[in-house]
Amino acid sequence: MNQQNPAKGHPSQDLAAPDGQAGVPTHFTDPGHPEHQPRQSDLHPAANKRAERQVVLLFAVSVLGTIGFLVAYFAVPPGETVASMRQSNLLLGLGLFLGMFGIGAAVVHWAKSLMNSEEKAEDRHTLRSSDETRAAAVEMLREGAQDSAIGRRGVLKGAMVSALLLAPLTVVVPLVGNVGEDWDVSKFKSTMWRKGMKLTIDPSGRPIKASDLTIGSVFHVIPEGLEDTEHPLDEKAKAVVLLIRLDPRDLTEAEDRKGWSYDGIVAYSKICTHVGCPVALYEQQTHHLLCPCHQSTFDVADGAKVLFGPAKRPLPQLPIEVDDEGYLIAQSDFTEPVGPSFWERLK
Amino acid sequence: MKALATRRRSRFAPTALLLLALLITGGLYAALAPSTATATASVATASDVELGMKLFQANCATCHGMNAQGSEGVPSLIGVGAAAVDFQVSTGRMPMQANGPQAPAKTPQFNEEQTAQLAAYVASLGAGPAIPTDEEIDGSQGDVANGMALFRTNCAMCHNAVGAGGALSGGKYAPALWDTSARNIYQAMLTGPQSMPVFNDNVLTAEEKRDVISYVEAQRSGSPGGADLGAIGPVSEGLWVWVVGMGLLLGCAVWIGAKSS
Repeated sequence: MNQQNPAKGHPSQDLAAPDGQAGVPTHFTDPGHPEHQPRQSDLHPAANKRAERQVVLLFAVSVLGTIGFLVAYFAVPPGETVASMRQSNLLLGLGLFLGMFGIGAAVVHWAKSLMNSEEKAEDRHTLRSSDETRAAAVEMLREGAQDSAIGRRGVLKGAMVSALLLAPLTVVVPLVGNVGEDWDVSKFKSTMWRKGMKLTIDPSGRPIKASDLTIGSVFHVIPEGLEDTEHPLDEKAKAVVLLIRLDPRDLTEAEDRKGWSYDGIVAYSKICTHVGCPVALYEQQTHHLLCPCHQSTFDVADGAKVLFGPAKRPLPQLPIEVDDEGYLIAQSDFTEPVGPSFWERLK
Repeated sequence: MKALATRRRSRFAPTALLLLALLITGGLYAALAPSTATATASVATASDVELGMKLFQANCATCHGMNAQGSEGVPSLIGVGAAAVDFQVSTGRMPMQANGPQAPAKTPQFNEEQTAQLAAYVASLGAGPAIPTDEEIDGSQGDVANGMALFRTNCAMCHNAVGAGGALSGGKYAPALWDTSARNIYQAMLTGPQSMPVFNDNVLTAEEKRDVISYVEAQRSGSPGGADLGAIGPVSEGLWVWVVGMGLLLGCAVWIGAKSS
């Protein structure tokens, strides 16, 4: 466009130094400080006086805040109720805020409006040391190396290198050991469920009869005797089960799992196959089971298959049956590892 | 009398007369109208069932059928019991105003007496859970700590750790429990309305249900730490921190860096 209208000129020509190429200047000169602009408080004594009063006021706010904090500390104790604790916290926090913020704001305002506003520049010194200093430093290092005779005393050198290399192990070994702690992944492949173990209610531990479940009811289940194990929380994290009764007409069952349910009662692992959150949001009308973490949705009426979300596998089903007294018991452990995938899962 | 006669033509006269008439009507109504607030959970009589049936046929039968047998996509009400009717009608969820993923709570359409009649009619169709007694729903007699353990296991995944509610799938949601009456909380556990599973007396015994009510009621006095921002977690807290908190910090930084005028 510019070439077609030479009358308008090329805008970058104005900036080009005489020896520049293709319109690019070789260097820019330092434009220096912008011109100093006096403030209102520099020009008018009244404005100066006003700024001073503002600073005093901000300090006064701080003083009042501190006094308020102390008064609240003694006069409004936290007490026993939620309301009194909240009131105490609110008053202490407000006092603390005003006490600290008042000082900060006053100091900044003081510096900005009352102290002089002349722009100043402090140039950097060159980074390179003088030649004498550099020569002296090299000489010192050379003397030191010669004095220690590191080039000749081989055993000494070897001992030093060994010590330096070994010392970091005091940090590294416990660190790696604590991170791993237990490298046995086989325990993720099984849970504490065994044949004949009763299904009990979490957290009360009451055993469950098949007749206890009405259609649409949900039981959060732990294995019998969970609290007697060595690490109940570790066992619970794998063994929790969701027990649901559906109308048997709504239930679709795979051929090889026909015997795993009892009269419409199904039991599925509560550990999501995505990253192991407890899947527990059960919608009784749609038979959908939702994971609260990433919205994986499982269809309880159809083998807990995945309907939506990041989970890749259905929830493992716990085969159940009823004992002579009518209590629900497990037929066996889960037939596959529960929870998220891991490398050795199916080995 | 003459003074009154001249004022009759004042331009304020119609307004004054209208106000007087309204006051008299309102006063008479308040004095003579039958009080509905005193309706008690008395034993259902045959006339209650009779009146309930009429209400049902006029207001509910379009969807639930003339004999409450239900139809495609509409549940049968035979055997749901008085508790289910009382929950659905006293919270305004039923009769439903529009089809949607969920019947929301709204201003109830029936008063307590009519609700009791409807409940009596539905209860007469088949055995089902009854409306709980005042003793059963008295949260002050419950164990808050045990209620927390039960709430955490059975309720918190949908209703939030303190009962602030949460989303389900397809536009459905678990409602907040801040304003739910103890009676409605108990009935919801007992009957499993809409998406909610049933927590019958074998899952949570009557005492355990009362513990849950104690816990829910204990959350209503708020958090000792200060404003809980609706207790819905990272959304409201994040908004507050990123917009208000960091906005204030940025404002302070700009103020400190700006030249004084």
